[in-house]
Amino acid sequence: MGRTLVIAEHDGATLNRSTSKCVSCAASFESDGIDVAVFAENGASLAKAAATIGGVSKVLQIDHPANATLLATTLAPQIVALSGDYTHVFGPSTTFGKDIMPRVAGLLGVGQLSDIMAAESSHRFKRPIYGGNAVVIVEASADRILVATVRTASYADAENSGTASIETRALNVALPDYTRYIELQSERSDRPDLQTAARVISGGRALGSAEKFELIYELAATLGAAVGASRAAVDSGYVSNDLQVGQTGKIIAPELYIAVGISGAIQHLTGIKDAKTIVAINSDGDAPIFEVADIALVADLFKSLPELTEALRSASAQNGRNGVTN
Amino acid sequence: MEKIIVALKRALDYNVRVRLNADGSGVVTEGAKMSINPFDEIALEEALRIKKRGDAKEILVISIGTAESQQQLRTGLAMGADRAILVETDEDLEPLAVARVLKALIDKESPELVLLGKQSIDGDNNQTGQMLAALWDRPQGTFASTVAIQDGIATVTREVDQGLEVIELRLPAVITADLRLNTPRYVKLPDIMKAKRKPLEVLPLKEIGVDSANQFRILATEAPEKRQKGIVVNDVGELVQALSDKGLV
Repeated sequence: MGRTLVIAEHDGATLNRSTSKCVSCAASFESDGIDVAVFAENGASLAKAAATIGGVSKVLQIDHPANATLLATTLAPQIVALSGDYTHVFGPSTTFGKDIMPRVAGLLGVGQLSDIMAAESSHRFKRPIYGGNAVVIVEASADRILVATVRTASYADAENSGTASIETRALNVALPDYTRYIELQSERSDRPDLQTAARVISGGRALGSAEKFELIYELAATLGAAVGASRAAVDSGYVSNDLQVGQTGKIIAPELYIAVGISGAIQHLTGIKDAKTIVAINSDGDAPIFEVADIALVADLFKSLPELTEALRSASAQNGRNGVTN
Repeated sequence: MEKIIVALKRALDYNVRVRLNADGSGVVTEGAKMSINPFDEIALEEALRIKKRGDAKEILVISIGTAESQQQLRTGLAMGADRAILVETDEDLEPLAVARVLKALIDKESPELVLLGKQSIDGDNNQTGQMLAALWDRPQGTFASTVAIQDGIATVTREVDQGLEVIELRLPAVITADLRLNTPRYVKLPDIMKAKRKPLEVLPLKEIGVDSANQFRILATEAPEKRQKGIVVNDVGELVQALSDKGLV
């Protein structure tokens, strides 16, 4: 049979849940085992976290000063150095995995499979094409190593029941020095993370301004939800790029998705179709978002949004008084 | 720098509704409007702006595909590229094969920068730039939202899940364009006329001499799962009730 190596995604301090979802994908077909590789400057606590992911046999901890930032050019040759023991090498289909995995495949001289959404066997997978408007069943050859990215929205987290062993590895690999990391510009917030939140409230162009977008933040705060946006809202400068949901932004799968003032371009719908419940509020009853909505409200958002925030706020206060919790 | 290479893929136009062949063999493209893959168009626009700033002398556009891909190359020439090469084939190449062909042309043309779209909107693979950078043993700046060139260094701002990441690449390098890098220009009629006189070389794929065989087999193409039809509520009160019924609030 075979063995899968999953490349862990992290920010130096915390393991990204995408790692667990890659393990879930690898566990969905028969194999002799799943190992996770943690590349970091000092990855001891990250490796411990990875060892608790259910289904993982072994965690490889590769500490190196160059791994303080996870650049494709330095990470790819290290992954290649580990790959000899594996039939499959998986990374998440996040910007991290999309940057690195094809470079790994290129160095190995093999093709890569992008965005695995389901496994029919160890070498037969489903993946979306044309922005999710079609799905192909693809067969990979068992004669060569399979490098792939996993569409994280298609998989649940693996259970946190693992007791994998941790092995530190020192790799003797020449690392190119032609790429230099400068900085990450990130709007720090204490709101839930968009990619993994159970509830997401998104705003579109109809909000009209960054100031009016506050209405979205207020509803999100009431529900403990993450905030997202359509491409139009990002392009108009209401919010930063990392909040964009859709084909070229984040693909998400929350329990509850509320789209406010978003018409629902096909590229946006691609990013939300794995949401359990989609609520759409839009003044245009013909907006395409209503074709995918589970609950549709045709209304002026500037009137209904504050009403909704207020109604949910008083409902949760009521629940609080009655000692009911969700 | 002397030269920038931009690759242009002929793809189903962004605005065309995707329909599947009844026999599950793929997506209907016959008779449909075809265009330059939008991300590739953004890549070309960026190359043109770099040239306009005086940071590059020549822009070479390359397409790999059927003879009809000459249309997209002519559009690229009309936008302002100086020269075009079509690597002609009827095969639908996987990203690794595309990267190998581009690498072979890079060896001949020696560009300092290769600008590609981050993905094509048909295959959605998002691989070619990264694979090319690996084969070429050069740095990569994927998902670029700004590019600045100075003293042999490309400073690239990348759109990543956590925000914007800034990296420096020592040229030569591969950069792949994201949506917000720029807004491509419209082509004007006189430019289309002028583009007809610009050089467009056609090379059969087999003359490139690389292994272009596909490694994956597509067994079937299916429609995605449809969502169940939802309910319409009349006001916020009904909405809250509906959410409550589903146990969501």
